Amino acid sequence: MIDVTSTLPPDAVGDGGTPPRLMRAALRLWRIRIGIALVVLLVAVAIIGPWVAPFGPAEFIGTPNTRNIDGSWLGSDYLGQDVWSRFLHGGRSILFMATVATLIGFVVGGAVGLTAAYDRGRLDDALMRFMDILLAFPQLLLALVALTTVGPKPWLIIAIVGFTTIPRIARITRGATVSVVERDFVGAAEALGESKLRIITSELLPNVTGPLLVEANLRLTYSIGIIAGLGFLGFATEVNGADWGSMVEENRVAVTVQPWGTVLPAVAIALLTIGTGLISDGLARTVAGIDRGRPDA
Amino acid sequence: MGILKFIVRRVALGIGTLIIVSIVVFALTNLLGDPVTRILGREALPATVAAKRAELGLDRSVFEQYGSWLQGMLTGDPGTSYSNGAPVMDIVGDRIKNSLFLMALSAAISIPLSLFLGAYSALRRDKTFDRIMSNQLLVFAAMPEFVVGALLTVLLATNVWTVLPAVSRIRPGETPWSDLDGMVLPVLTLALAVTPHVGRTMRASMIEVLESDYVEMARLKGMPERRVLWHHAFPNAVGPTLQVIALNIAYLAGGVVIVESLFNFRGIGIALRDAIPEANAPVVQFIAMFIAGIYVICNLTADVATILVTPRLRTRLR
Repeated sequence: MIDVTSTLPPDAVGDGGTPPRLMRAALRLWRIRIGIALVVLLVAVAIIGPWVAPFGPAEFIGTPNTRNIDGSWLGSDYLGQDVWSRFLHGGRSILFMATVATLIGFVVGGAVGLTAAYDRGRLDDALMRFMDILLAFPQLLLALVALTTVGPKPWLIIAIVGFTTIPRIARITRGATVSVVERDFVGAAEALGESKLRIITSELLPNVTGPLLVEANLRLTYSIGIIAGLGFLGFATEVNGADWGSMVEENRVAVTVQPWGTVLPAVAIALLTIGTGLISDGLARTVAGIDRGRPDA
Repeated sequence: MGILKFIVRRVALGIGTLIIVSIVVFALTNLLGDPVTRILGREALPATVAAKRAELGLDRSVFEQYGSWLQGMLTGDPGTSYSNGAPVMDIVGDRIKNSLFLMALSAAISIPLSLFLGAYSALRRDKTFDRIMSNQLLVFAAMPEFVVGALLTVLLATNVWTVLPAVSRIRPGETPWSDLDGMVLPVLTLALAVTPHVGRTMRASMIEVLESDYVEMARLKGMPERRVLWHHAFPNAVGPTLQVIALNIAYLAGGVVIVESLFNFRGIGIALRDAIPEANAPVVQFIAMFIAGIYVICNLTADVATILVTPRLRTRLR
């Protein structure tokens, strides 16, 4: 098979510098500033929302699909619940599951990539072939297959999205690390008799933080999309639980009379993913100015 | 290693991948939980459960079950639906045609378009067109398909303008091209999901080619610029994008699940979505294997095509 492991040019590593320097350079880009503003806004809605919501997420306030209801800003949804309150409640679970899943993928995938790149022998071959096989699956499809007999449990969704994120991060990490391994300071550390673990964590890892951060951000974007998408397909973790993905689906039928029930959560997911997408793109430009292909397939 | 040997090895790798995929699909649908409890509910009597297990063949050993399932898959008999006892092929047969048509149409529109947009962006590098394009592509690449599709529906079918049907109206037994109006939004949504990735890769590849020596040479010879671009630069820039194109066609196979649900398009995506709450494992397994099969075939084709169009790699094989 052709090696398409690295989408980063070889000189992508090291130029971004240490994380604080990278951050300062990144913050000069407008797309990063806009991205951060969007993400902060939507995360604030998701976290603070439930406390400031005027109604409970499943509280009945009046006739379903009505826009003018006293005391309700945007009217009622398909079951007569307050659209605005459900919107304020609906970000938490998606954001929580997507973040945990991405963290799992980030930590395990990063470890696998670093180990494989440092080893570059049989272990490398075995690990990366295994990662290739995991990549033979669209993430959403694997999640759907896993839900068949167990149903939509939060742990299962986190586990599957996290697990399928691992090979994607591992490939990028390995690609970025391979060129660092050849540099002199690694040889010097080996000559000084430092342990393998120490070389990986304190010599290699700091030099690939840039590409790793870019990839983690991108994966977060897709994790949000997949988890919200599962909600949209009717596989939300709670029955009639408020989450942005399910809200789009539930209120779609009445969109002509009560558009807010669909539009508000759809726009929230759109802005959140555009925000994280802008941040990853800005970081990528700061690290190397790379152009990438379909990273989520 | 000759090209033929490379292809043989690559095909073997593809088959190996599919076997492992089949094990994963089978394990997830059979070992993670018990379909019988989901079909009959938690309060079902033990005798009923046992009878149902025997009926579905779940009382055999896991290896026997896997063996007979795999055999069925290979011989075109993927079993019967748990929910109504109909053969899986009867349920998904004409849906496969609809879904394939949707995928093919989306690919046929979005791939030439994104190649052209990418190449044109490269020509106008850092000018207005390129900047607008790259920001647009970034936005569409980040949003999940169902959000793009839902917002498109509000914009074009239900609220702002009502120029297109919001749902597809293909009935059983009808061909997908009998309702082309209803296909506009599904195709547009899928195309918007694919274009950013292929477009950005093409742009990068075209920029690299435009800076190469042979393009410089062609220009110095006094060749007309148009000929330089479309006869020399463009075809060479397509090579490196083949992998990404293949990944995106494969991605369409998974993307149809969301898009079909969104527009009620009668295809395998909806069949998959509906089979999951019923714990209808045979249908889920078949559709998952079908999509994984498309995935593997696309990647295989891309690897072989990349070798064939890239002289540097071709000669390295000898």
